[in-house]
Amino acid sequence: MDLSILWFVIIAVLWTGYLVLEGFDFGVGMLMSFFPRGTREQRESERRVLVNTIGPVWDGNEVWLLTAGGATFAAFPEWYATLFSGFYLPLFIILLALIVRVVAFEYRGKISTPGWSRRFDLMIQVGSWVPAILWGVAFANLVRGVLLDDAHQYVGGFWALLNPFALLGGLTTLVLFLLHGSVFLALKTDGELRARARQFAARLSLAAVVVAGGWAIWAQVAYSVPWTWAAVAVAAACLVGVVITNARGAEGWAFTLSALAMVAAVTLIFGSMFPDVMPGRDGGPSLSIAEATSTDYTLTVMTWVAVILTPVVIAYQSWTYWVFRRRLTSKDLPAPAGLVWKRVREALGGHDEPAVKPADLA
Amino acid sequence: MDVLALARWQFAITTVYHFILVPLTIGLAPLVAGMQTAWVVTKNEKWLRLTKFFGKLLLINFALGVATGIVQEFQFGMTWSEYSRFVGDVFGAPLAMEALAAFFIESTFLGLWIFGWDRLSKKVHLACVWLFALATNLSAFFILSANSWMQHPVGTTFNPETGRAEMESIWAVLGNNTLWAAFPHTITASFLVSGTFICGIATWWMVRLVRSKKPELVELARSTYRPAVVLGAVVMLLSGVGVALSGDVQGKIMYEQQPGKMSAAEALCESTEGAAFSILTVGPLLNPTCDQLTHLIEIPGLASFLGTGHFSGPDSLLPGVDDVQQQMSDKFGATDEAGNPITYTPPLGVSYWSFRLMIGLAAFSAALALWALWATRRGRLSDSRWLSRLAVIALPMPFLACSFGWIFTEVGRQPWVVAPNPTGVDGVWLLTSAGVSTAVPGGVILTSMIVFTVLYAGLGVIWYRLLHRYAIEGVPQVHDESPEARSDDDADRPLSFAY
Ligand code: HDD
Ligand code: HEM
Ligand code: HEM
Repeated sequence: MDLSILWFVIIAVLWTGYLVLEGFDFGVGMLMSFFPRGTREQRESERRVLVNTIGPVWDGNEVWLLTAGGATFAAFPEWYATLFSGFYLPLFIILLALIVRVVAFEYRGKISTPGWSRRFDLMIQVGSWVPAILWGVAFANLVRGVLLDDAHQYVGGFWALLNPFALLGGLTTLVLFLLHGSVFLALKTDGELRARARQFAARLSLAAVVVAGGWAIWAQVAYSVPWTWAAVAVAAACLVGVVITNARGAEGWAFTLSALAMVAAVTLIFGSMFPDVMPGRDGGPSLSIAEATSTDYTLTVMTWVAVILTPVVIAYQSWTYWVFRRRLTSKDLPAPAGLVWKRVREALGGHDEPAVKPADLA
Repeated sequence: MDVLALARWQFAITTVYHFILVPLTIGLAPLVAGMQTAWVVTKNEKWLRLTKFFGKLLLINFALGVATGIVQEFQFGMTWSEYSRFVGDVFGAPLAMEALAAFFIESTFLGLWIFGWDRLSKKVHLACVWLFALATNLSAFFILSANSWMQHPVGTTFNPETGRAEMESIWAVLGNNTLWAAFPHTITASFLVSGTFICGIATWWMVRLVRSKKPELVELARSTYRPAVVLGAVVMLLSGVGVALSGDVQGKIMYEQQPGKMSAAEALCESTEGAAFSILTVGPLLNPTCDQLTHLIEIPGLASFLGTGHFSGPDSLLPGVDDVQQQMSDKFGATDEAGNPITYTPPLGVSYWSFRLMIGLAAFSAALALWALWATRRGRLSDSRWLSRLAVIALPMPFLACSFGWIFTEVGRQPWVVAPNPTGVDGVWLLTSAGVSTAVPGGVILTSMIVFTVLYAGLGVIWYRLLHRYAIEGVPQVHDESPEARSDDDADRPLSFAY
């Protein structure tokens, strides 16, 4: 097989890994906005449970994005250059969201002053809502085609990216991630939380069938090729399957099926782009796989690297999920271990305050 | 400002910021892993306390390192798309390898380390922190191989049909002698940063506890902080020697590969044998011309030695700025496509001072290391306020030295973004002005530059305050949470190291 086509598939696989994995942690991040119930303390403690269900894995999930980016640079430099300079503003906004999100995960528990973790939880939420929508907008535009000039520069401008089809694409990823996140929560929590997550998933799965189904059919009819009907059908079947399995309480199956729906969606997106990496619009030029590709030598090198390393990565990431397979509830969490700004609590490892005050540090 | 200037400022700001955080992670991760190893081997609780203390600081730093790193991965396509088109066939490969081979290990095993204290057996848990530490160093290798290729392209040909650089041999790219000098230099510099960090904080604590004069606190200083002081000081000394040796090798390589950078670093106007290394030069800081500079303090022959290995004689000839300009104009043309004259020597003032600051700021670490070792010799403790002050002052210095090192390396490469390889590889070079994105309007880059700067500044304040707060908290109380230490196999126990 032509290596550049293999790499088109590999990049689709990397994006699938990203959307399936980060999809549920975006979903959990967004659910923090409206999932928790009860008094203020109860809601804060539930938010903490939510964060900790994804705590050990979100960073590893995000690296799928970095790998997809790096692999695009290595295998299709023209695509990398055209896409990221052309979609500058949306990507910039996504980057801002990811920055605050990363920091907020790690810093939210570091200080136990009231208000501290609430502020960082807000950052996690914003950092999850924004990319959940914008990734859908970006991919929908790739399906729809963009205005390029002969030198493969994007010339459509920013506002053209916000067309109805793309906005519906944004809504689609939003709903899919929310669904995926709540199914994940049902799988990772217990007791009352688990029951509530299933209720959420029930409602969201119906919404997903409508929204994602509508977008997929639009994409299929307007922009795609016949064989991707199969992907649309699989996606629809999976989402209906989520409705059923979730209602029966088969959480593992529901999660598997919502992940498979994501796989089908990526198949639809990449299938409709093929053999271009950036289809043109209004009869304008496209950027094809053949035009964008690296040399055969580079692709051969990268194929060896990917073939050897990807299975290893999948193996140890799976092992992580196994290590942290236990369900969480509020009572599993220890009291917050963060410090307090003003009071240097155990300044001397539990001993009394010394004669020298910490202010002498400066 | 034009798009080029804005793009350069944005790149410089985001990258220097990223690299303030990077060296501490690279060096501290293996050192924390070493502390945890000491705990597992000796079962002495003080090592567990130190592991958790410095481990927390490492995590606070790591988070911002990751956050700023994500931008780096996409910046080349966003603001340097023409550069990406030209180099992608070669340059993308190490970036993708970095993600596949290093970032995945780094992020996955860090998650296991943070959350796995009570889930994994001691040995497996220890293996996780080591994998994390090795992966941070591996990531440095891959990204530096990309950077070294820009400094000195190898293993590549220019394809006139596609108009881009194309890879001929990945082994040549990964075997680049520029890389094999820059990698040890960067790693040893990172250990210098982390050694200073550990020694600085532990010294401050030791002095503080000893001065309290309470026996149990003095005992804590002796049992727990003194070993950290010694560890940090030894790391500083070893890595300091490593930095100087590898830097010396880099100087020789630079003389061959980028003669303009060497003469700019010395602000050397005319080609000179036995050129002196000036420690102090006066003149306008930013864009001085040769006749405006006066060298005040000089070490004879040293500049020549750094570049050539000879203090005097014909072999010690360093080319002057004007000669380099002449030679490069003859070879690559005196004007660019738009007809503007090209300056082939990098900005003199920035090159000159960043080179000196890189080397000079390490003096603080050297002083701290020597004094701390002397003060703690044969079981002693110190209550010297001056030692404590030096410890605090020395803390930020190697961070700054690293930043100046990069500023020197990158500014000194101008006007090239891909510097021509003087011994072969025809056609593989690119002026910085030709690398910038053409599809992105200046206003957009200006906006993103301002937003990045403001956001990074805000996050930087939080980062600093958290590090400071956790540093003055001191070593925490600990207990052995590992599954081996658990008497009842109670699966409902709370998580140990949760968010
Ligand atoms: C010499 C070392 C070095 C240099 C020159 C750079 N980095 Fe870096 N980078 C690291 C060393 C490092 C690290 C030590 O591995 C970090 C720092 C903190 C961390 O999480 O890993 C990291 C993090 C980091 C991340 C986040 C990884 C994650 O999510 O785990 C990305 C995407 C990049 N970097 C990308 C880059 C790019 C594209 C650079 C070039 C402009 C760059 N870095 C310069
Ligand atoms: C992390 C350490 C690094 C630091 C602190 C650093 C610093 C800088 C600085 C200050 C500039 C601006 C130079 C100028 O505008 O005059 C620059 C430019 C640049 N650097 Fe680096 N750099 C680092 C690593 C890298 C690496 C690893 C790469 C490549 C993988 C790289 C690629 C570039 C590029 C493409 C430019 C072009 C912009 C320009 O020349 O202005 N840098 N860097
Ligand atoms: C005797 C002392 C030193 C010498 C002779 C030396 C030499 C050099 C040279 C020649 C370069 C430029 C390489 C190039 O542009 O190709 C460089 C870069 C650099 N230096 Fe130093 N250096 C010394 C000390 C230090 C110290 C103390 C630090 C930090 C703690 C440091 C950190 C760096 C960094 C981060 C870079 C940029 C990365 C690289 O190119 O390796 N250096 N050094």
